[in-house]
Amino acid sequence: MKWVKVIVSFILTLSFLSFPSCAFQSDELLVDDEEFGLEGAPQHRSPEPIPTRSPPVTSPTRKRHSDLDSDSKIQFSLDHAFGDSDFSPAGTFSARLKTWSHGGQTLTKLRFSRNSFSDVEKEKFKNLLESDDFYRIRLPSNVLSPPGRDFIISSVKARCLPRESLDEHFVIHMEGVNVLAVNYGSPGSCPYPRNLKLPAKWSFSSHTVLKNREQAPRAPVFTEEILGGENAEGEVLQPAERSFWAKYWMYLIPLGLIVMNAITQAMNMPEEQATGLVPAQGQPSAGAVQRGPSSAVRRR
Amino acid sequence: MAIRSFFLFILFFSSSISPVFSLYEDQVGLMDWHQQYIGKVKQAVFSSQRAGRKRVVVSTEENVIASLDLRHGEIFWRHLLGADDVIDGIDIGLGKYVITLSSGGSILRSWNLPDGQMVWESSLQGPKHSKSFLLVPTNLKFDKDNLLVVFSNGRLHAISCIDGEVLWKKDFEAESFEVQQVILPPGSDLIHVVGFAALSQFEMYQINAKNGELLKHESASFSSGFSGQVSLVSTETVVALDSTGSILLTISFQDGKISSQQTPISNLVEDSLGPAVIIPSSVSGIFAIKTDAVTIFIRVIGKGNLEVVEKTTHEIAVSDALSISEDQQAFALIQHASSEIHLTVKLAHDWDGNLLKESVKMDRQRGLVHKVFINNYIRTDRSYGFRVLIVMEDHSLLLLQQGEIVWSREDGLASIIDVTTSELPVERDGVSVAKVEHNLFEWLKGHMLKLKGTLMLASPEDMAAIQSMRLKSSEKSKMTRDHNGFRKLLIVLTRAGKLFALHTGDGRIVWSYLLRSLHKSEACQSPIGLNLYQWQVPHHHAMDENPSVLVVSRCGPSSDTSGVLSFVDTYTGKELSSLSLDHAVVQVIPLPYTDSTEQRLHLLIDADKHAHLYPKTSGALSIFKREFSNIYWYSVEDQNGIIKGHALKCKCTGEVADEFCFDTRDLWSVVFPSESEKTIATVTRKLNEVVHTQAKVVADQDVMYKYISRNLLFVATVAPKGSGEIGSVTPEESWLVAYLIDTVTGRILHRVTHHGSQGPVHAVFSENWVVYHYFNLRAHRYEMSVIEIYDQSRADNKDVWKLVLGKHNLTSPISLFSRPEVITKSQSYFFTHSLKAIAVTSTAKGITSKQLLLGTIGDQVLALDKRFLDPRRTVNPTQLEKEEGIIPLTESLPIIPQSYVTHALRVEGLRGIITVPAKLESTTLVFAHGVDLFFTQLAPSRTYDSLTEDFSYALLLITIVALVAAIFVTWRLSERKELQEKWR
Repeated sequence: MKWVKVIVSFILTLSFLSFPSCAFQSDELLVDDEEFGLEGAPQHRSPEPIPTRSPPVTSPTRKRHSDLDSDSKIQFSLDHAFGDSDFSPAGTFSARLKTWSHGGQTLTKLRFSRNSFSDVEKEKFKNLLESDDFYRIRLPSNVLSPPGRDFIISSVKARCLPRESLDEHFVIHMEGVNVLAVNYGSPGSCPYPRNLKLPAKWSFSSHTVLKNREQAPRAPVFTEEILGGENAEGEVLQPAERSFWAKYWMYLIPLGLIVMNAITQAMNMPEEQATGLVPAQGQPSAGAVQRGPSSAVRRR
Repeated sequence: MAIRSFFLFILFFSSSISPVFSLYEDQVGLMDWHQQYIGKVKQAVFSSQRAGRKRVVVSTEENVIASLDLRHGEIFWRHLLGADDVIDGIDIGLGKYVITLSSGGSILRSWNLPDGQMVWESSLQGPKHSKSFLLVPTNLKFDKDNLLVVFSNGRLHAISCIDGEVLWKKDFEAESFEVQQVILPPGSDLIHVVGFAALSQFEMYQINAKNGELLKHESASFSSGFSGQVSLVSTETVVALDSTGSILLTISFQDGKISSQQTPISNLVEDSLGPAVIIPSSVSGIFAIKTDAVTIFIRVIGKGNLEVVEKTTHEIAVSDALSISEDQQAFALIQHASSEIHLTVKLAHDWDGNLLKESVKMDRQRGLVHKVFINNYIRTDRSYGFRVLIVMEDHSLLLLQQGEIVWSREDGLASIIDVTTSELPVERDGVSVAKVEHNLFEWLKGHMLKLKGTLMLASPEDMAAIQSMRLKSSEKSKMTRDHNGFRKLLIVLTRAGKLFALHTGDGRIVWSYLLRSLHKSEACQSPIGLNLYQWQVPHHHAMDENPSVLVVSRCGPSSDTSGVLSFVDTYTGKELSSLSLDHAVVQVIPLPYTDSTEQRLHLLIDADKHAHLYPKTSGALSIFKREFSNIYWYSVEDQNGIIKGHALKCKCTGEVADEFCFDTRDLWSVVFPSESEKTIATVTRKLNEVVHTQAKVVADQDVMYKYISRNLLFVATVAPKGSGEIGSVTPEESWLVAYLIDTVTGRILHRVTHHGSQGPVHAVFSENWVVYHYFNLRAHRYEMSVIEIYDQSRADNKDVWKLVLGKHNLTSPISLFSRPEVITKSQSYFFTHSLKAIAVTSTAKGITSKQLLLGTIGDQVLALDKRFLDPRRTVNPTQLEKEEGIIPLTESLPIIPQSYVTHALRVEGLRGIITVPAKLESTTLVFAHGVDLFFTQLAPSRTYDSLTEDFSYALLLITIVALVAAIFVTWRLSERKELQEKWR
């Protein structure tokens, strides 16, 4: 009975959580880094209010049966500002919070759902494009207890974004559940004399990448003795690597010449006998024509 | 492009086959100079030895103890204690030991006076922190052993002078007891310890000096409380001020009975002058108090009767008392008059009579007298003579005797805050500074000596003569610009607020200037100098103008006090103008633009995040407006662990219309999680660094493009736990994260974690690489890592045809708003030394290969070729890689003894290394400063573009002559032979 209850509640929460991603026409491309899978497909707009407008919800949901690592889903919101205006909600990141057995927590499977611009926002964005001003975004610095210590701000010249649609690229640097920094900008280049260009489509195509810290390469640790040993081995092996020919060519070539000489001399003897025979035969033949060059060789 | 750069690489790799920089013994001092200083003197003790050389032992604010020659001011010996080992007191014991108390009274050391060897050291612990006193009584004997009395950390110690053994100790554990004086009445076995308890209680302890037994404890309460220090007027009387600073309390404790008398200052002086402070001195019977403008000397007559003896508005300095006979004490008094100082030596009991009265002319650039130390000697006519050692406002040390300055030391140079350089004036046609040899004989003699030297016939005396001639005759100390750019002025700002111009040729002081703006004034209470910037470097439009530097200072230790700017001409050393700002100076950003008079534009950021443009001219403003949207900067909030990027917004929206003030806005922020990271180092590239090639040709004929951006910031963070001392954490809970951050967009281009590593981090950023030094806890060794960053977006420009046809994107402007495609290469190596500073050589065009200059813990500068820190080093480099100059991988970086730039010298207390390019591409000028100064020239790839000084021109000439002669001879011979042939 209990089992059923758990499963039902689990399914219910899952379905609830999947709603935010149904909120708008997202054609997001989710970059598949090793750590998170590709999720989310274009979905239809639901009549419900977009949950991201509410303060970021953290709804831990037990999911995995694993007793060591556990997952829960979390969400945090993206705010944006046009030039120096105040920040307003612009979208929601949802991710799976993975708790490791050693106590660390990391985010995986990050997905992003972007709210499309309202008419007012479109107008504001057009103004930004005209004045070549900054489009700014911000994220909480802690995804579990937003906004954490401070908001993480990033900005880009608005003219860098429009292509066909509005292309944006997020690289979110994480340290556990803390957001260190977000790099925001166009996915490609933004050549310097920034020209005014309005997007054909007023929708966002977003790319997000999560980055966790990397380990530095260790200093090469080896003792000199081992190095010396390796070298000694290498020296032993090196002659073996050389082919037989490479090693003894100076002996082989004279030997070959001697052999060749001997063969030609040995050939000459029967040939002399043969030439003695030819006039005797007195019959020109195809063989005799062919023999011409060989006799030339002999004469040399 | 690729081909050209390839050739260049071949060129300078071939030229740097022998990367070891070293010099021969006789070359020392040709290009380098070394100056030794000690810092601002805190305390001086004259050695009273009758025989032997006269000397004075001093302790300084740079934590130096030194023994100076009293005749010439030279250093006999000197010891630099650690940065946290502040000297509290020094004295001379038994006439042959220098006793020092340091580290807040917890370390007592004894040094041998003649040679400075340490005799013993003992560590003194105590129950609580307190003031510390060191007393060396001359007559207190204990088993034929002289006693030292030390009060420190709330405990009184008696220590043997011979071996530093603690003979007895006595704790003063009363919670609120604050010791003020420890008194040893001469000729008795008692020690008096007096102090305050609970703010209004006066306490007196009488202690037997033989065994530390407490004989008496008396206390008396004063409802008005106390403020500041007490002045000792006799062995049984002290004078203190009440908490309002307006009533004098004369407290005497004769025979263990405390009696007191209160005298309002207004009773002594008619016009009340506000709160006063007591000037600490130890002249018996007389003490001095100081109010805002007036210094008053008061005599104590009998039991608490006070009498004003002198009132002066001049700046005044008083020495401690010097007993010249059984019952006579003398002290020195220095008063300032316009350009002179008046020295008077008086007897303590006789104010009106002067033992000595002298006037000495004093350079105004030395400022006020801060400290006076008096010493006596016996004149030839058997009367007493006096000499005084004075410490000036600019931290210099002077000895006055017989109305003259016997010697002076510029010890302000021991505490350099910032350094910049200035070119010397161009040599004009009319002005010939070149010296001509005096006469023919001298000239001939010199050349004969040189010839002897080369033929190895010279005796040691001749060698010395040659050496001194070489030093003298070189043109290095001329006051004009030279062709190679070796002669420059080093402009240094010292902590005392004085600017010095040092000549790079021989290190002499060309001019010095005590900044008026750094003088204490009504508006500016405790001014401190911050930084030096090159304000005007005339080269194109304004050749006739003199270059000038900008000195930025502020009126207090906190960053929100208002700032002061001064502009100083670097040729004359005169202050051109000074500005008292109405805003604070948090950050100064020199912009890469200059106005029509070659004045550099500077942006000053104040505490309210407004940006102010200087110079305030319309020309500067119009240049600034053009680049308005392209100006970005960053700020690091160390305590919060936040880095923010900023840009300009619009004009200030204040009440006062100021068109040079701009509002700013935040563009990006990086917030380091406070529980796991703490920033400890941020490093950027030098603003004036020149990069010659953008591309790097690697072994397989491939080209890698360096990611060269002026807007890169290297940040190192450590775990908060691991920010303490090395070894205070386990490797598991300590890590170090290195970041490369773009300061325009806030992008993190590279982020890497070193587990089990710890600071302190020393880093240097140049071209496209950063090298940083830290401690690896796992390997128990220091490590150095290198990160090189390469641009991939231009990697497809390798095709020669593309380059020929111009189908490349190398000349297109680069925008940092594009998504960067970079790759990084990094590697770590072990390194033996811990570092104090790190720098990199810089040359005029950036062609010469680089060397890292490492300031080691032994206060030396070590040059290490950058090729050792190449991330592409492998264990077995291929033949091609070897040709390129890649060194086989080793686990640690080599320390080649010949590559110490400082050779045998030490730059005590090394704090910074500055490199300046010379005009000659191969050469870079290196200036290392700490307590000592050291300067040298360095050629990381040898001087491939000039002939060395010892190049034999004679041999070249002889060879040419011989060749020409040979040509003629053979020509004649062949002609003759031809003729003979024809006649045959």
